Amino acid sequence: MKRIITLTVQNRPGVLNRVTGMLQRRRFNIESISVGTTETPGISKMTLVVEVADDQKLEQLTKQLNKQIDVIKVSDITGKAIVARELALIKVASTPQLHNEIQGLITPFRADILDVSRDSLTIQVTGKPDKIEALIALLRPYGIKEISKTGITALLRGQQPQSSQVADISQFSM
Amino acid sequence: MRAEAKISPETSNAAAIKEKPRTGADLLIDLLVEQNVDTVFGYPGGAVLPIYDAMYRKKGAFRHVLTRHEQGAIFAAEGYARVTGKTGVVIATSGPGATNLITGITDAMMDSIPLVIFTGQVANTVIGTDAFQESDVLGITTPITKYNYQVDDVRDLPRIVKEAFHIASTGRPGPVVIDIPKNISEALPEGPFNSEFDLPGYQPTTKPNPMQIRKLIDALEKAKKPLVIVGAGVLFADATDELRQFIERSELPVVHTLLGKGAFPGSHPLSLGMGGMHGTYTANMAMYECDFMLNIGARFDDRLTGNLKHFAPNAKVAHIDIDPAEIGKNVKTEIPVVADAKEALKALLKKDIKPLNHREWLDHLNENKKKYPLWYERTNEGISPQWLVEKIHEHTNGGAIVTTDVGQHQMWAAQFYTLDKPHNWVSSGGLGAMGFGFPAAIGAQLGRPDDLVVSINGDGGFQMNMQELMLLKQWNLPVKVIILNNAALGMVRQWQEEFYEERYSESVFEMNPDFVKLAESFGIRGVKVDKEEDVDNVLKDILSYDGPVVADFRIIPNEKVYPMVAPGKGINEMLGVEK
Repeated sequence: MKRIITLTVQNRPGVLNRVTGMLQRRRFNIESISVGTTETPGISKMTLVVEVADDQKLEQLTKQLNKQIDVIKVSDITGKAIVARELALIKVASTPQLHNEIQGLITPFRADILDVSRDSLTIQVTGKPDKIEALIALLRPYGIKEISKTGITALLRGQQPQSSQVADISQFSM
Repeated sequence: MRAEAKISPETSNAAAIKEKPRTGADLLIDLLVEQNVDTVFGYPGGAVLPIYDAMYRKKGAFRHVLTRHEQGAIFAAEGYARVTGKTGVVIATSGPGATNLITGITDAMMDSIPLVIFTGQVANTVIGTDAFQESDVLGITTPITKYNYQVDDVRDLPRIVKEAFHIASTGRPGPVVIDIPKNISEALPEGPFNSEFDLPGYQPTTKPNPMQIRKLIDALEKAKKPLVIVGAGVLFADATDELRQFIERSELPVVHTLLGKGAFPGSHPLSLGMGGMHGTYTANMAMYECDFMLNIGARFDDRLTGNLKHFAPNAKVAHIDIDPAEIGKNVKTEIPVVADAKEALKALLKKDIKPLNHREWLDHLNENKKKYPLWYERTNEGISPQWLVEKIHEHTNGGAIVTTDVGQHQMWAAQFYTLDKPHNWVSSGGLGAMGFGFPAAIGAQLGRPDDLVVSINGDGGFQMNMQELMLLKQWNLPVKVIILNNAALGMVRQWQEEFYEERYSESVFEMNPDFVKLAESFGIRGVKVDKEEDVDNVLKDILSYDGPVVADFRIIPNEKVYPMVAPGKGINEMLGVEK
């Protein structure tokens, strides 16, 4: 099962290495990881998307993360009401003739063209992973030259629904 | 001169030597003194020259034990830490000095030994350029330390040293590395210094949750076949008195792990002995049959549990551990209690527990104990190693500090040297590092100069760190080094015999040194014993001798360790339970 886990960490040298090294050593599968500073100086936030086999593995994962001295807080926010976004840059093969066609294709996704060259376009799209995957699928026939994704970053929504409603929101719906 | 004499202030020559300017290294020495460090194990080299220079100028601040190999230094520091409960301190230089420590750091990590290790590093300005004797100590040691630091600013040194000792010795203990670039130890520090703790992510839970204690008691009261497993966590928490009270109050049978030896008196009627791969039949069958298992401070290592499918299949499991990540890691646990063992036991002792209905279970276990004791046979092919360990036990009244290396002799010592006292057992458990036992004895003797230290080794492991013999002479440490010599890597050979159809690939030593002459070349007494009839006299002689001895006992070459749980098998499927 896929889980989104956020870590609040002390921004000390090597902290990313400590976290990813531990995950690798204990055979946890990281799908994506994103890191950035927060509103508090010296404190950073990491968002991990991991694939775990079962609840027992998930429990081990959060415990091992908590055990890291630099990790201040671990939250599994998978089942919570959250906003989660990822950014992707997609370089797609294109001729000037195709430019408008592609523009029409990406508009519903609220994606932007950031760079145009004689034989390619670079598109930026932000959203949930399934939206990004859908756009990539649409662009594939034109020939994708390169993709770079940030990985998911996420925050809890300002208001959490009652616990009975949480189940409906979970399972990565975001 | 006895070991402790060397730290006396009279030997200080600090006053005699002209004070040089105060450097980062001077500051470091002061910080070690502030942490009450009395002994440092180490080996100098280029990148730590400023630290050794400061040490020279402040001689008498603490004693420095110069080993002959960095691995000897760190194993000695572990021995010192295990028997004193204090944090062991090690210094080594950059590059090869640091990499020679890796086995010891890993050992300390696996067995939760508090160490603070200082490694030199090339100057900040050349880090990352593959400079002479540069190695990525931070990168190498991250997975094998509880935490590690590289000092970037000398003004952080007070904070880092304080944090390191705190992290190493609290919660679940472990090794902490501080990597100090040469320019930091040479720097002339100017304030302001940072000495305040900054560890918001490190707050070990020591007090148990009362709800969990209640649940634990409810489950215990319902049990018909209760069992307690005790590990080294009880020793680290100094909770042996509380454990004994708790056990005796409800008459609970106790199994100890290899490293939990001494946590509960081995000769107590409620002790079933050691569990695991070479544990007693009674202990293993109790783990298999119990309906309630309380684990206090053990981590359900695979050498204890065997195949997890057959481990405590019908038991409700409760686990008291200061490290939450150990609970539920290997064995499904219904009642987790995150706490220091002493705090948890105190909380349990405060509660009333109804008398248990487990007389039948105790009778069954006692019957097993009588029917299936540990056994061995004496032959005329050499000294029986198990009998020899029993003899050592007899001649030392079971009161010695015993250090062991890794292999057959380790298991025989664990099986036959019954310990009633805590903190007298020093062995490499999790990592199983050969070469550990002898240097660990040096550290143990330096830490507890008035106690008898017996180091039980195999001929293989002893040869891995025998260079440290010089320290016995130099520091006049009356360690009794016992070698159970079968001219082989006995455990390897036993596995080859049982699981590799007797193909003894590279497990038999065609040649061994003359251990008596070897000892003598270091100025130490050496004796060789090859007949059982000489054992009593030799033991009496060497144990009353006030000085170090190396005793080479020629044991039955093909003797095996039994009983045994074969790898991959359940603890209920033991080999060699009976003659």
